[in-house]
Amino acid sequence: MSTQVPEQPEESTESAAETETQIPSKGDARREEKRRRAAERRAQKQAEEAERAAADEDTIELKVFRYDPEVEGKQEPRFDTFHVPFTKGMTVLDALMYARDTYDSSLTFRHSCRQAICGSDAMFVNGSQKLACKTQISELQEPIRVEPLPHAEVTKDLVIEMEHFYEQMHAVEPYFQTNELPDGELEEQRQSRENREKIKMSTRCIWCSACMSSCNIAAGDNEYLGPAAINKAYRFAMDEREGEDIKQKRLEIIEQEHGVWRCQTQFSCTEVCPKDIPLTEHIQELKREAVKNNLKFW
Amino acid sequence: MSQSYNRGLIEDFSRWREFSAGMWAWIFHKFTGWVLVGYLFTHIAVLSTAIPAAGQEAAVLQAGDDVYTQTIVTLEELLLVRILEVGLLAVAVFHILNGTRLLLVDLGIGLESQDKSFYASLILTGAITVASVPTFIAGAF
Repeated sequence: MSTQVPEQPEESTESAAETETQIPSKGDARREEKRRRAAERRAQKQAEEAERAAADEDTIELKVFRYDPEVEGKQEPRFDTFHVPFTKGMTVLDALMYARDTYDSSLTFRHSCRQAICGSDAMFVNGSQKLACKTQISELQEPIRVEPLPHAEVTKDLVIEMEHFYEQMHAVEPYFQTNELPDGELEEQRQSRENREKIKMSTRCIWCSACMSSCNIAAGDNEYLGPAAINKAYRFAMDEREGEDIKQKRLEIIEQEHGVWRCQTQFSCTEVCPKDIPLTEHIQELKREAVKNNLKFW
Repeated sequence: MSQSYNRGLIEDFSRWREFSAGMWAWIFHKFTGWVLVGYLFTHIAVLSTAIPAAGQEAAVLQAGDDVYTQTIVTLEELLLVRILEVGLLAVAVFHILNGTRLLLVDLGIGLESQDKSFYASLILTGAITVASVPTFIAGAF
């Protein structure tokens, strides 16, 4: 045991290429045999685990969308079924992680913080857009069907291409701008409590793109800014510290052809938003702002 | 549709399976709107065939022998027309009620209860339609 060199993953390809040219030594054969047996054991353990889980009463059935365009034989989309032992308080993300760690390490999905802040793990769970880490298994009907978000290109398994969503978000210039600075060099830019309350909900966006995916209009019109971007525009347009000039600029962006007027008030975005942002309300308010901005009676 | 993404093989996956109240309201509103537009054109087309009635003498009109009265009476004799009239009322009532709902939504009033107002307009539409049945179908059978 002590003579064994720890395996280095970076060098493995190199050493594999070397061994091909060399005559396999006794040690290599032994190691090969050892590896093979370990793999066998692992496979057996996995099978046992799966059997035990399937037999166990307190397991949940997870049907997960699988697709990998880079591997031949996985290009055909399919659903894999995993049986995951249920624990109290288990979320869809927990179940997916269990399935990945126990049964199939190739199962791919995004996640980072696991507490509904990073916005990485928005998925299509049982027919609606959900944040996997915020969705309790106990609230769902079995079998739980997990799919990638609709209306975006799928990269692999549950991972979608987010580039388009980010483009739309950037289109509304989602950062604070102002040319109305307070007097005095070290003076702070103060916001009234009322104004803070007004934009409070809109600041909660975590860029998960669940709303964009749920929107019927965004699905048919790719130029449409989408609920998240318009909400972002609302967050800054309604911020009193930005001043009139910048607000005019923001209104010009959102009242374009593919801006706020595409919204048909289906309320899908408001319903799926994991942060409970009243998106439709914000879009409607911006519509009224845009109208008021353009109506002149004198 | 779908200009900048191509899901290729998996396009059919992950479609909405559950429609929420707002989406149903939207679909019904579009549908009833098109039905009303269609009805308006048919209405104008049918009634314009009865224009000559305007030039007829008072006695003929009194007796109900003119083209207009004839057209209406013939149409009302058909059971299908009677039933379609009930449908037309239902469509119009829903469109009016949901239109009012959308007006409130546009004004930003009661957005939290948008689903309830949709269900209310559905129920009210149903009630009014059922109540209208005796009037429309009377004497049809």
